[in-house]
Amino acid sequence: MAAPTTAERYAPLLLLSAILIVWELLCRGLNVSDYILPSPSSILVALVEYAGPIMTNAWRTFWTTMIGFAISIVVGVALGFLIGSSKFAYSAMYPLMTAFNAVPKAALVPILVVWFGIGAGPAILTAFLISFFPIMVNIATGLATLEPELEDVLRVLGAKRLDVLLKVGLPRSMPYFFASLKVAITLAFVGTTVSEMSASNEGIGQLLLTAGSQSRMPLAFAGLVVIGAMAMAMYELFSYIERHTTAWAHRGQHSS
Amino acid sequence: MSAAPPFVDFKDVWLAYSDELAARNDFAIEDITLSTRDGEFIAIVGPSGCGKSTFMKLATGLKKPTRGSVAIAGQNVTGPLKIVGMAFQAPTLLPWRTTLENVLLPLEIVEPYRSSFKAKREEYAARARKLLATVGLQGYEDKYPWQLSGGMQQRASICRALIHEPKMLLLDEPFGALDAFTREELWNVLRDLWTVQRFNVILVTHDLREAVYLADTVYVMSKRPGRILATRQIDLPRPRDLEITYTEPFTALVLELRERIGSIRKS
Repeated sequence: MAAPTTAERYAPLLLLSAILIVWELLCRGLNVSDYILPSPSSILVALVEYAGPIMTNAWRTFWTTMIGFAISIVVGVALGFLIGSSKFAYSAMYPLMTAFNAVPKAALVPILVVWFGIGAGPAILTAFLISFFPIMVNIATGLATLEPELEDVLRVLGAKRLDVLLKVGLPRSMPYFFASLKVAITLAFVGTTVSEMSASNEGIGQLLLTAGSQSRMPLAFAGLVVIGAMAMAMYELFSYIERHTTAWAHRGQHSS
Repeated sequence: MSAAPPFVDFKDVWLAYSDELAARNDFAIEDITLSTRDGEFIAIVGPSGCGKSTFMKLATGLKKPTRGSVAIAGQNVTGPLKIVGMAFQAPTLLPWRTTLENVLLPLEIVEPYRSSFKAKREEYAARARKLLATVGLQGYEDKYPWQLSGGMQQRASICRALIHEPKMLLLDEPFGALDAFTREELWNVLRDLWTVQRFNVILVTHDLREAVYLADTVYVMSKRPGRILATRQIDLPRPRDLEITYTEPFTALVLELRERIGSIRKS
């Protein structure tokens, strides 16, 4: 893949502008009420008008998500290591993990409220619970798909399991790890927001709920814009780190 | 055969991959007896699935025989042997390491290099550069594997197998995935390395010309369960050049082996 051309680089912005213009024109042309679908311009007005409360709530959502996400990196990597390096642990845990992953995390929020009360606790934990799975699976996949020949080469040299894991398994699973972080961070934002909608007095989720119940649609949409922007920014951050630490996995960007 | 003790010594070796298979008399290889002189180059040929790779696992100590015994350099093999280097059809280089770092990998693991690796890294790197130069990889030391062609990767893989100066080199169809010209080039690379260092080689291959060109002795194995059907000394004079592959004695040997394999297919 060659370096993106100028056109490719600006393509997302162009598309976004096009959508916004069409949206604005439709809202004005068809005279759509703000209570049904606010136009981009009225969302912008709401963003500016409520900048203070939006910032406060966004900050709250941001740090709860980050704490939850940090926990899920630690737990996801640890579990991934465990099930990726031991067949026994894999067969013991994987079915349970899959079952757990299938449980809608929103359904856990009321339980978390009972345990931790209203506030940051349930939001952090929901963000964690929803986002550790892809990290775990990707680390495990990276470790489990090691070429058997390579393992033989090392074992013949007297390599211990730990040698193989550190010299080969760990670096090998790094691209999988970063790929999973990009998925997991967006999921973590979903988790926090969902939790805040029923179990918090603060955060973008709470703001969305309040705005909705008061039929202040421009404000609700402004909340959506903010959460989308935060998730996108974090996604870009992780893909930046990914490009600069595991360039070898994206061969051809330099030469071939 | 000379009176010197054999280097590789298989005595009545049988291997089944599990106890249940052994109980059902389902062996991967059966009744293998062979021995090699120190410094001998042997090739094992046979149809797919004839247990050639199983043979390799036995020779390196990665598997223990179900019956019989395997001795290397006069020692009974009980666990992985550190005096062995291996290379396979896939070069299995690590994509996040440069060619040089890939070649150095065994030294980070095997003793006595391991404990002195940090202190003597420069010395070892110089050794690796020298080895890479002998196989024609000068100037590619700091390239990543994906920047090299298939043939170059395979050269690097062979260097990785030899960096710790093993007494035995095990090659499992190392040139199988290469085009014909590159393959013949690498035959000569291997020939030259062996001529200088005189390690023991076990080359597993499908390619009869390759076996006859490189080896001192060719063993023909049957399809599963693998048995040794024929042993053929290759007494073509050394050093051998590629021209020899177009001479009558060479083609006669290849044809003779080919016919033995042909008769396996029919049986």
